[in-house]
Amino acid sequence: MQQLTVNDALGQALAEEMRRDPKVMMFGEGVATKRQELLNEFGAKRIRNTPLAEGIIAGAAVGAAAMGMRPVIDMLFAPFLTLAMDEIVNSAGKLRYISGGQFSFPLVAIAMTGTGWTVGAQHNHNLEAWFVHSPGLKVVMPSTAADYKGLLKSAIRDDNPVLFFVEMSLSYELGEVPEGEHIVPLGKATIRRAGTDVTLISYGKTVRACEAAASLLAEKGIFAEVIDLRSLKPLDEEAILTSARKTGRVVVVHEANRMCGVGAEVAAIVAEKAFVALRAPVLRITSPDVPAPSSYPLELAFTPQADTIAEAAASLFTAQMEEA
Amino acid sequence: MNETINRKASLAMLESMLLIRTYEEKAAAMQAAGQAAGTCTSIGQEASAVGVVSALSMDDLILTNHRSAGHLLARGADPARLYAEVLGKASGYCKGKSGSLHISVRELGVVLTSTIVGAELSLAAGVALALSMQESSAITACFFGDGAACEGSFHESLNLAAVWRLPILYVCENNQWQAFVHRRETMPMDRIANWAIEHGIETATVDGNDVEAVYRAAKAGIAHIRATGQPYFLETYTYRVRGHYEPDDQSYVDKNELAAWRTRDPIDQLQAKLQLSASEAQALRDRASARIEDAWNQAVGAPYPAISELTKDVYA
Repeated sequence: MQQLTVNDALGQALAEEMRRDPKVMMFGEGVATKRQELLNEFGAKRIRNTPLAEGIIAGAAVGAAAMGMRPVIDMLFAPFLTLAMDEIVNSAGKLRYISGGQFSFPLVAIAMTGTGWTVGAQHNHNLEAWFVHSPGLKVVMPSTAADYKGLLKSAIRDDNPVLFFVEMSLSYELGEVPEGEHIVPLGKATIRRAGTDVTLISYGKTVRACEAAASLLAEKGIFAEVIDLRSLKPLDEEAILTSARKTGRVVVVHEANRMCGVGAEVAAIVAEKAFVALRAPVLRITSPDVPAPSSYPLELAFTPQADTIAEAAASLFTAQMEEA
Repeated sequence: MNETINRKASLAMLESMLLIRTYEEKAAAMQAAGQAAGTCTSIGQEASAVGVVSALSMDDLILTNHRSAGHLLARGADPARLYAEVLGKASGYCKGKSGSLHISVRELGVVLTSTIVGAELSLAAGVALALSMQESSAITACFFGDGAACEGSFHESLNLAAVWRLPILYVCENNQWQAFVHRRETMPMDRIANWAIEHGIETATVDGNDVEAVYRAAKAGIAHIRATGQPYFLETYTYRVRGHYEPDDQSYVDKNELAAWRTRDPIDQLQAKLQLSASEAQALRDRASARIEDAWNQAVGAPYPAISELTKDVYA
């Protein structure tokens, strides 16, 4: 199988979808500069640089999507989305409903985030839950190169606005990526590692930390199941509940801040629908309620690590927890 | 361009303005009577809506805003379905899911109506981009006010339209009021077109209470767009005669300024110019009133949406 970086997997998905559908176009700050191969193949009408103005990038995408195009926009770093919130949340998310279904908004907004590049809080903010909380939008955040390709292809074909978050520290990491028509459906989680004793649920690069934690736990004879949500909205409730009912113990892990994060929703779903199967409280391992730091040791302390996750999961097996 | 307007066309524009005025006055009266939620009326601005919309082709697209009834009615919207929307009825153009504030009527080319001031400017760029990608000859007309011109999206939209050569007719209805604040308090100059000039866009400022002048200026602007592929900026200088929304006692409004603008009422002016007899004028008003009364009664009698509609139309 071909080995591609996440960035090239995204480029391959874009090229394939643009070949497949002439309505697909892409624009944003430096898109034509950074994706020269797309510019060469598809021309300056379909691959465009824009002014450095996030509101109009998103607004142009929303308007064009409603009138028959399938725009993909590169918003660069996730905190820049704050300058496009009206266009994404109020227009793309609401105008279908408000108009009684007269419009649809098949667009994809790509944004990078996550620790690892020491860029600090105005280039790194895992604000994906904001969009999960907004009606009318879909949200994905993959963890493997293959999923970046397969989910971007699905996002482009979807008739709804999709926020597509890219872990910047994974951008240049190689991974196996199927060639050609590789589709990963929106709203479907996957089991990265099967287990019977505890479920570690995550998305984005902390899935890797969960896999490493599962190896640490295995040394203690605890067999952890690792679930990669991949899509945050729609959220794969069935995958979450099936695993929670099997293991009876759930740890939710994400790099985003703790309060009202996706982990809170996952914990609530488990509490509401799998309560009788639970043998211990649902735990969350997240970043603290602070802006993302830039100093590397602080970034590491901010980001959930394998040993912390393994310790938390192991704590669910103490006698005290069993009684609780 | 100095296009001649025949009497028949002028009479049609007069009738259209009368329909808008009657519609808005009824909406305000029904709010005052506790029969309807408050709306943002366009009374005093009818000439701007009718002049521009009359100059457009039916395949051109229109983006409007919270003060939209004039644009919608000028385009041919059914007042019964507009009232139904205001009342939250299932027969409204948006199934009752908009209310008065963001009525889109795609079948008439009135698209993506947003009540977020400035959003229309942002979305218009995308609508025009799609038309240009599809090699359509249609243009996009975007109605907004002096308030929206103070938003960042105004400058972002004009800049992108100029560099991407987007076929947009920007129609700035400079009605002097930004919600409860006079434009004098918020901008250092009198003509918003000056900002567009700095973006490299051709402009005109026209008496927004003279429907024939608005029509001619819009025709000239549209011709410019078609000839050059560039956007055009038309400022219609007018006045918001009623409050920001209903009810609004307008205690903050300069009485002399309001009185001066009332003497320049767009309907009275055209009626005088056309030298209609008293009975001709009355017949036109009676026709508008009858149509509006019938529309209101239809809307009042229409059913509300089924509760199952609550969760529909969120995702495609």
